[in-house]
Amino acid sequence: MAADKHFFAPAGDKRLFIIVGAFGSGKTEFALNLALSLAGQGRPAALADLDLVNPYFRSREKSGMLEICGVKMIAPEGALRNADLPSIPPALPRLIYDKKTAGVVDVGGDRTGARVLAAYARDILKQDPSVWYVFNRSRYDNARNDAALTSLKQIEVSCGLRVNGIVHNTHLMGDTTAATVLWGFEAAKRLSELAGMPLVCHCARWDLIDELRTLSPLFPMTLYMNRPWEDG
Amino acid sequence: MQKELWKGNEAIAEAAIRAGCRAYFGYPITPQNEIPEYMSKHMPKAGGVFVQAESEIAAINMVYGASATGVRAMTSSSSPGISLKQEGISYLVGANLPAVIVNMMRGGPGLGTIQPGQADYFQATRSPGHGDGHMIVLAPSGIQEAADLIRDAFELADKYLTPVMLLADGMIGQMMEPIIWKETSPLPEVDKPWAADGRDGDGKTHFVSSLRLESDVNERFVLSLKDRYAKIARDEVRYKSIGCENADLVIAAFGTTARIAQSAARKLDEEGLKVGLFRPITLWPFPYDALAEIAARDSVKAVLTVEMNLGQMHEDVRLAICGSKPTPFYGRTGGMVPEPRHIADKVRDILREMEL
Repeated sequence: MAADKHFFAPAGDKRLFIIVGAFGSGKTEFALNLALSLAGQGRPAALADLDLVNPYFRSREKSGMLEICGVKMIAPEGALRNADLPSIPPALPRLIYDKKTAGVVDVGGDRTGARVLAAYARDILKQDPSVWYVFNRSRYDNARNDAALTSLKQIEVSCGLRVNGIVHNTHLMGDTTAATVLWGFEAAKRLSELAGMPLVCHCARWDLIDELRTLSPLFPMTLYMNRPWEDG
Repeated sequence: MQKELWKGNEAIAEAAIRAGCRAYFGYPITPQNEIPEYMSKHMPKAGGVFVQAESEIAAINMVYGASATGVRAMTSSSSPGISLKQEGISYLVGANLPAVIVNMMRGGPGLGTIQPGQADYFQATRSPGHGDGHMIVLAPSGIQEAADLIRDAFELADKYLTPVMLLADGMIGQMMEPIIWKETSPLPEVDKPWAADGRDGDGKTHFVSSLRLESDVNERFVLSLKDRYAKIARDEVRYKSIGCENADLVIAAFGTTARIAQSAARKLDEEGLKVGLFRPITLWPFPYDALAEIAARDSVKAVLTVEMNLGQMHEDVRLAICGSKPTPFYGRTGGMVPEPRHIADKVRDILREMEL
């Protein structure tokens, strides 16, 4: 196992994490793992599912597991949790101003999914937020750096927030190997240079971490968004 | 070739463009919205046409119009929207027009839920709309297969001058999987001398219609369909069978449910129970003979059908087996997805009861 300094941990003085990115970049898995790591630091943590564009595979499906692990879930309640309605739970604006809670906001994909944030941009900006763009080179709209940069800029315009970090999350779901992550690394580095913002971390499943010692900081992830034939 | 991560709906749209589809007409409905969304962005770049129609009915009739001019045309929707398209599909059959229709099924009836379902099996396989027609129905169980089958769908549509439906459930549309783009060039152009494309200039009018006022003429047309369907049933049946050799029990399932059933079969294998999987890929024509042959094997005690409905493909399984073996059923419906452990429980129960 790599030394501790190689591992990513969210800074203690940061409390609002806005997770944006292209469709399918892995925002939800990252947001779930980030919220759990915040709770693991002993901080009161919450995860807001603000995905208004996806009907399936949303973080709200994991609310039971999150609550057990000490992460408060903020998502539409009752039957509305299964709707594809653009409804925003009233607890979201409360989270933005709740200085005692470390909040992760899992935003829908692309500029379409990010648009909902614009209504809260002014409030969010007052909280010195971490706005992170999740990058996955295996996705067609992240495959080329110019397209990834365009996607990032479009999201910024759409939500009214400046992105200030790149989360490198190149993966191929169950087919991901260390080589997949390393293949994505070069492109993630170029994107961070082009966009003029730091690489926050490199994400990988726990079982791949030993093969990825050259990358730092690493964020080992457990995958929660299983499909019905996978053991959850 | 580098693997890429694609969402089902997007892969289907991209595969259609790659295959040579140049006209897409649709109307939004969950869980297939990424198809029109993707088409709106990428079809114009490919030199094709994207129209968000005013309704599902308008969209299917635009497909009719485009196809009548010889263009490869497609529409997509989800269960309630596909119901609205039934009349248009019947007209496509009646006019001998090729077209591809994607149904990303959700839980019904009515508006139902936006969660996955497979309850449109009867609607797709018995007869689309009214009349004595059929369409080829292809059921992928993963995203690579969905992308590959879309290409095949356009090829089959042109070959047999028939609508072809890709019948999947919302899970296939919404999930992501790594895929490889195997074919890089579009399908070859097919000569369509019947197309109303204004090209001939020889004074001959090309008229595409499903109206035949003389009953004997119409009967001859329907009988010609019958011949074509017999040829399709002979030449185009597709299925996969996994682990059916010496199986104690065979599970018949299609699409997403087949993946779940396979997961259950693996669990049971660890317990020493041999469970095979029979997965029809063409739901029409249904692989009756192949299933009958597998079911007739001595080791097979029963064929369990698992579906996300109340037992629709189950009827075809029973037709294939003709009472020679027990044909139990397990299903979830209304948007609920079966779990591998519940299928495994059902298999254990069946085999235990048969031993008694």
